[in-house]
Amino acid sequence: MTASRGTMRVAWLYPEHLNIYADRGNLLLLERRCQWRELGWEVTPVGLGDALDADAHDVYYLGGGQDRDQALCAADLVAKKRDALAAAAERGATVLGICGGYQLLGHEYELGTERIPGVGLLDLRTVRGTGRLIGDVEITVDLPRVDGTTTGPHALAGFENHGGRTILGDVAPLGTVVHGHGNDGESGAEGARRGQIIGTYLHGPLLPKNVWFADELIARAVGVTPAELPPLDDRLEDAAHASARRAAQRSAPNHSPLARVRARLGRG
Amino acid sequence: MAGGIAASLLTQREAARDPQAVGLLEVDEFWLTQVAAATQPEAILLGNLFRDQLDRYGELDAIAERWGELLPTLPATTAVLCADDPLVASTAPESGHVVWFGIDDPSLGMAAQDHAADGVHCTRCGTTLAYSVVYAGHTGLWSCPGCGRRRPDPSVRATAISFQGARGAHFTLHAGEDSVEVDLPLPGAYNVVNAVGAAALALQLGATLQQCATGIAAMQAAFGRGERVQLAGRELLLMLVKNPVGANEVLRTLALEPRPLDVLAVLNDRIADGRDVSWVWDADVEAAAASVRRIVCSGTRADELAMRWRYAGVDPQRIVVLPDLEAALDATLSEAADGPIVVLPTYTAMLELRQLLLGRGAVAGAFT
Repeated sequence: MTASRGTMRVAWLYPEHLNIYADRGNLLLLERRCQWRELGWEVTPVGLGDALDADAHDVYYLGGGQDRDQALCAADLVAKKRDALAAAAERGATVLGICGGYQLLGHEYELGTERIPGVGLLDLRTVRGTGRLIGDVEITVDLPRVDGTTTGPHALAGFENHGGRTILGDVAPLGTVVHGHGNDGESGAEGARRGQIIGTYLHGPLLPKNVWFADELIARAVGVTPAELPPLDDRLEDAAHASARRAAQRSAPNHSPLARVRARLGRG
Repeated sequence: MAGGIAASLLTQREAARDPQAVGLLEVDEFWLTQVAAATQPEAILLGNLFRDQLDRYGELDAIAERWGELLPTLPATTAVLCADDPLVASTAPESGHVVWFGIDDPSLGMAAQDHAADGVHCTRCGTTLAYSVVYAGHTGLWSCPGCGRRRPDPSVRATAISFQGARGAHFTLHAGEDSVEVDLPLPGAYNVVNAVGAAALALQLGATLQQCATGIAAMQAAFGRGERVQLAGRELLLMLVKNPVGANEVLRTLALEPRPLDVLAVLNDRIADGRDVSWVWDADVEAAAASVRRIVCSGTRADELAMRWRYAGVDPQRIVVLPDLEAALDATLSEAADGPIVVLPTYTAMLELRQLLLGRGAVAGAFT
């Protein structure tokens, strides 16, 4: 990969449209942790109609949006950015799609008669189900590192809120559901990953709830191992991670009759 | 919701014998359709649609659509709508009586739309809306470059708004050609637009402009919305915080206070708060970070709130985490400096705090 030593460079796709679940928090988290370590930080907003540079960024970030915004971005992503995104992934850059952004990394999202196209970087498709899958969530992941080792089993905590059910084809899930719904509420699979192309329903936002994962992304971007990053005082961060995990243990999954009624009242 | 309203009507049945009596129902956004169908109101006031409890009700567009389908089914009802909110404006029926209200004061506007903005696209054609002035969130002087839709001219409006720190606001209230000066004992632009909406509704129901001004000046802060409480010789300013747009208004108001603040911030994730606490990262906590002398973070998600304030720029040495509310309240009071003490609770935290304060004899009556 073409790491930019000393500077983390992030392309934030559609910041004006795909930002519904505090996606800004993920970017702010990375920015602060780079600054505190005196690493460089560059974030490039890439909007509708803008060209996407396949070589200029370490992370390509796609957040979540309302249905209408997602459809708007999907058309643009497929028409104008698919090739660059595929080329970036090919050279080892991280592509991180969260919630709606995750769905767009697959082949398509079917909402009744409507069909939102995806870029097909992950072999999966999403269909609108009955009721939304909502709640705190914890999954277990084990992610590869550049040096051939893996992170070992780690928890990712977050919050999920999705009407779509995602069905994986020839692609591994990102992790296994410990508490919560995951891709479809049934399989126990959450998210999907192929190399550094990562999709997940976990917002909350994801990175502030899991700074260990943020540091994996930062380390990869600046070409070091996470252990080589200057350490930070992470007492608040570790407590926040534990708090989000406790919330998932407390609340999810909730199959009470009241929860089912509430899920039906939400948009199906 | 419907049961609660029925119970309220029953307890007020003596008052309702007065032919002059007006029933005023505050209705949850999701239940409006059912409640309006059952009560056939003379008027419906729709204030704003900000990101609040997405985990309960789904997306804002869907709520706006639902409201837009409701109004044409009520031909005898006057719609009193906030012109500054493009989502609310999109609910206006093609025929039927609409009263528009809003703020006409470009000096309140922000240079850039804030991070918590919702509904920035035209609901008719999908084009990104253009703003000459942005107030809170996605409200402001908006127009659609795609289809030409624009903010309706409000007939009831506020101009020349000024603020007295976190204490109150002054503005000129206009209705058509007439105007009156108004003192509002609540801070922030969001309370001004609420007051203008209330005036628009009252005028529609037969009140005079002067009665509106007198009524607004005499009002007291309700239940944690800028309410002042005396406790142990100190004054606490209680400001409910429950969604990012509302939070931003409160945080900006705090930045108007000249002295460093002692803050008690409480984040709960119960159903009435919204289970999803992501929104704290959408709130511009940065706006108030420099004003904080010391902050105690409490509630069911205290740790995550503390982390948010750290990333907003508050030195961790100034941050104390005490999930138990009573312990947090005591720690806030015992260590506070001479300046203002501000409490920023979510909804259920406000209820808990109310009970605590009541137990210590700090507030006159219980909220029911």
